[in-house]
Formats: sequence, C-alpha cells, structure tokens
Amino acid sequence: MTIGLTHYLSVAAILFTLGVMGIILNRKNIIVILMSVELILLSVNINLVAFSSFLGDLTGQVFSLFILTVAAAEAAIGLAILVTYYRNRGTIAVEDINVLKG
Amino acid sequence: MTPLSFAFAHSLPEILLAIGALCLLMLGVFKSGGRDWIISELAIAILGVAFLMMFVELKEPALVYDGAFIDDAFGRFMKALALGGALISLLMSREFMAREGIDLFEFPVLVLLATLGMLMLISAHNLIALYLGLELMSLALYVIAAFHRHNVRASEAGLKYFVLGALSSGMLLYGSSLLYGFAGTVSFPGIAAALKGNVHLGVIFGLVFVMAGLAFKMSVVPFHMWTPDVYEGAPTPVTAFFASAAKMAAVAVTVRIIITAFPGIEGQWRQIIVFMSILSMAIGAFAAIGQTNIKRLMAYSSIGHMGFALVGLAAGTEKGVNGVLMYMAIYLVMTLGTFAAILSMRTGGKYVESIHDLAGLSRSRKGMAFFLAMMMLSLAGIPPLAGFFAKWYAFAAAIDAGLYPLAVIGMLSSVVACFYYLRVVKIIYLDEPAAPFEGVSREVTAVMYLAGAAVVLYWVFPGPLVSAATAAAKSLF
Repeated sequence: MTIGLTHYLSVAAILFTLGVMGIILNRKNIIVILMSVELILLSVNINLVAFSSFLGDLTGQVFSLFILTVAAAEAAIGLAILVTYYRNRGTIAVEDINVLKG
Repeated sequence: MTPLSFAFAHSLPEILLAIGALCLLMLGVFKSGGRDWIISELAIAILGVAFLMMFVELKEPALVYDGAFIDDAFGRFMKALALGGALISLLMSREFMAREGIDLFEFPVLVLLATLGMLMLISAHNLIALYLGLELMSLALYVIAAFHRHNVRASEAGLKYFVLGALSSGMLLYGSSLLYGFAGTVSFPGIAAALKGNVHLGVIFGLVFVMAGLAFKMSVVPFHMWTPDVYEGAPTPVTAFFASAAKMAAVAVTVRIIITAFPGIEGQWRQIIVFMSILSMAIGAFAAIGQTNIKRLMAYSSIGHMGFALVGLAAGTEKGVNGVLMYMAIYLVMTLGTFAAILSMRTGGKYVESIHDLAGLSRSRKGMAFFLAMMMLSLAGIPPLAGFFAKWYAFAAAIDAGLYPLAVIGMLSSVVACFYYLRVVKIIYLDEPAAPFEGVSREVTAVMYLAGAAVVLYWVFPGPLVSAATAAAKSLF
C-alpha cells in the first residue's frame, strides 16, 4: 500500500479532534489543556507539510515554520498566565476556575 | 521609487508602531525603574501620529511585500478606527492604572504591540499574514487581560481568554491549512480564482473553520462564552480596549476575507453569517436582561451589536459593507463613551461596577447622567441618536439583498434589548440616590462629553463619515 495524501490528512484530522476533545472534555488540569493546544497546532503542521509536498509548492512549509515559532511564544505566555493564576488561587484544577460567572 | 521604499512608504504606520514599541520597551527597562514614567505619553503620541497618517491621501490601492499586505481605502478606514480606539483607551487608562497601583511601563508597550497586530490583520492579504497579525494581537491581549496580576479575577480572565483564544486560533489555522491545500494558494484573490467552477468540499470545511476562528475574535455566538467573563475580570481600561480596537480589527479581517477570497460561494458563507448574526442578536438581547454588573452588561451588549453589524455583511454587497463600516464607526464612539462613564464610577476611593451604584446619578452629576443616558439610548437604537443610523444602514442593506427574515428578527431583538438599556436610564433618573461618585481626571470626562456630543449631534453633520465609509466599501469590490 502506498501512503497518499489522504492518509496524512486522516492522521492530522484525528490529532486535531483529539486536541479539541482534550480541551473540552478535560476536567482535571490546565497543563493538559496547554498540551492539547500544542497537539492542535502540530496537526495543522502535518496538514500543511503534506499539502506542500503533494502540491509541489513551498508556501505550506514556510507557513508551518511560522506556526512553530508562534506556538513557542504562545506556550510561554500561557505558562506565564498560569503561574500568576496559581499564585492567586493556589490551584490549577479546571473545575475551580469559577470566580467569574453569571 | 524602488520597490522596497514603495513598500516602506505604504506600511509606514506599522513600521512606526513596531520601532516605537521596541524603543519604549528599552526606555522602560533602562530608565523608568518599572513605573510608567513618560512611557504612556510617548505611546499615545506614537498612536496619534499613526492615526494622522491614515488621512494622507491614497491614490490607488497598493499591494506590497509579495502580495501579503494591502494598503487600500478600506484598510485605512478600519485602521483609523482601531488606532482611535487604542489611543482613547490608553488615554483613559492612565488614571485607573495609577490608582490601582498597576501603572507599569509594560502596559503601553503591550497596547502598542497589540495595535500593531491589529493593523497587520486589517491589511492582511493572504492567510499567513492573517495568522501572524492575529497572533500578534492576541498574544498581547492575553497578557493585558491578566495585567492586574495580584488580582484573582484578572488572572482568571486572562487564563480563560488564553485557553479559548488558543483553541480558536487552532481552528482558524486548521481551516487555513485546508484552504491552502484545496485551493493551492494562500493569497485571498488566488483562493477566489481557484473557487471558480465546482467547489471542493475541503474548501467548504476550510471556510467553516476559518469563520469559527474569526467569530471567536469578534465574540459572536456560538463562540461568545469568553466575552462576559473576560470583560468583567480584566481591568476596565483593558476591557474598553477589547471592546473598541480589537473588535474593529476582527470585523475588518472577516469582511475582507469574505469579500475578496469567497465572492463566488456566497450561498456557502451567507448561511453561516446569517446563523451567527441571528443567534448573536438574540443572545445579546436576552442574556443581558439579568445582569447587574455594568461591564458584564456591556459584554452582552457588544455580542448583540456584533450580530447587528453582521446583518450588513450577510447582504454581501457594497452597500452591505458600507453598513458594516458605518456600524463599526458609530459603535466605536458609543462604546468608548460608555466605558469613559464606567471609569468615572468611583466611590470611597474604589472603582465600582454594579449598575445600582448609578442610582440617582441625575441628582449628583447632571452632565454625566445625561450623557450616559444618551449613550444607553443610542446603543438601544433610538432616533435621532447615532445608534439608530448605524442600525438603519445595516438593515437597509439586508432588505435590499432580500434578507427579510433576518431584518425582522434583528428589529425584534433590538426591541428586547431596549429593555435593559432603558432600565439603566431608569436607575439613573428615577431611583433613590446611592453614594455620589468622586471626581475623575479631565481626560476621562472629556472623552465622555465628546463621545456624548458626537452621538447626540451625529445627524447634524454625517457627511464626512458617510463619504469615507462609501469610498472604503467601494475599494473592496
């Protein structure tokens, strides 16, 4: 069996869905949410690189490099906000994030 | 003119903001000792110069940086609004930040960087530029939402905004990757050209994911859950910045991508826009009824107003885009005026946020009471205030395009929304007085009075705004 574009797209779609489910279903810990966000961004990278290779066009790979750098900045900011939150509340459990509601 | 200097000339405001932010950061680190010092004054000056640059005459649209960045009348119009919103939010923030003890030099620098992201977003002409602009804006906004870092509510607001914002940019990116793959290009006109003839299902998927990501940034139902929490928890000037400048950029890029990249598949995106518009108007009207915190009230109000703005976009015509532009311009003035009033609510040395703190305001502060009441009536869309004309332009375009059910639902939900705006007016004029407010700085008062005057007297002199919006809408088609 040769591995074609469809296989790459399927893997990326599965990873994307896992990432979204990880954010929505997870009740425990915000670190897991950060990991899920990374999973989503990496699934997009698989998509882009696969398309780029099959289209014979470099733009997709350039796009994926931009995504990698921005993802690093995003993770840094997410962790920084998480640390300030932990200092104020003493917990990072998802179900305890409930001061603001209504 | 060489190609490079041509590109620099057309992106001068962005270059000014980028260099300005870096220089202010250096100045802050080495000279100010952590406090604000003169950084926010300098940031306001930089934003002001960039704002004035938007009025330099533009002969024809210029596409620079290999087609990634466009400088046209539409972009100029929306950038002027975003810069105006950023400038006034920053001007109003100085007193609040000083009183709350968070007047650190990072805040104006982050506002400059977020505004730079907005300008890049408004000018984006391919998917990569769109993503980079969006992330530059969002990353700075996550930080300033949590800027009051010893405050539980602010850090929770920042955390919620970050998690949901990261999810939405993930969805936007997934959609972008599908659009790239099935259209074979990232440039907006290239996508439009690839969509001639039969449309691949992958492109429709991409369109849906991209719209979901953008709807989040516009805070449109069903991606609005973060808005009330973040608006309530973030420091009030930051909320004003979110509700004014950030909204302008998100709406501008949505209009641009729909009109320039998807003109051929109207039937596909119109149903998404109509769906989001109806839900936003309805939820904005009904969910706000039970709110007692005025910042939360404004969050639901802004969700409803985005629904009204999308009514114009659903038409998809030049007149419809004109309606969106007019709506956003008038909404900007109303929202800044209202937040100036919220920033004037201070008793016993503390800022208060409940609408019951406004009780009997007409007896202690006649001017503020009158202008806040006018702002509420204008948000409700009562003629002859500016808010009425905003709705008029949007609904007229929808009716021209034959979207009668949408227009009727819009009218009905604006009637429901009247209830909670009128309740604020009733509290101001008829209730027993609460503790009177203390005085505030001249800037905040001036913003409130100017915005109030603009809203009340809009009908006297609408010409310049109308002609600018018409020229801007024309440049997109």
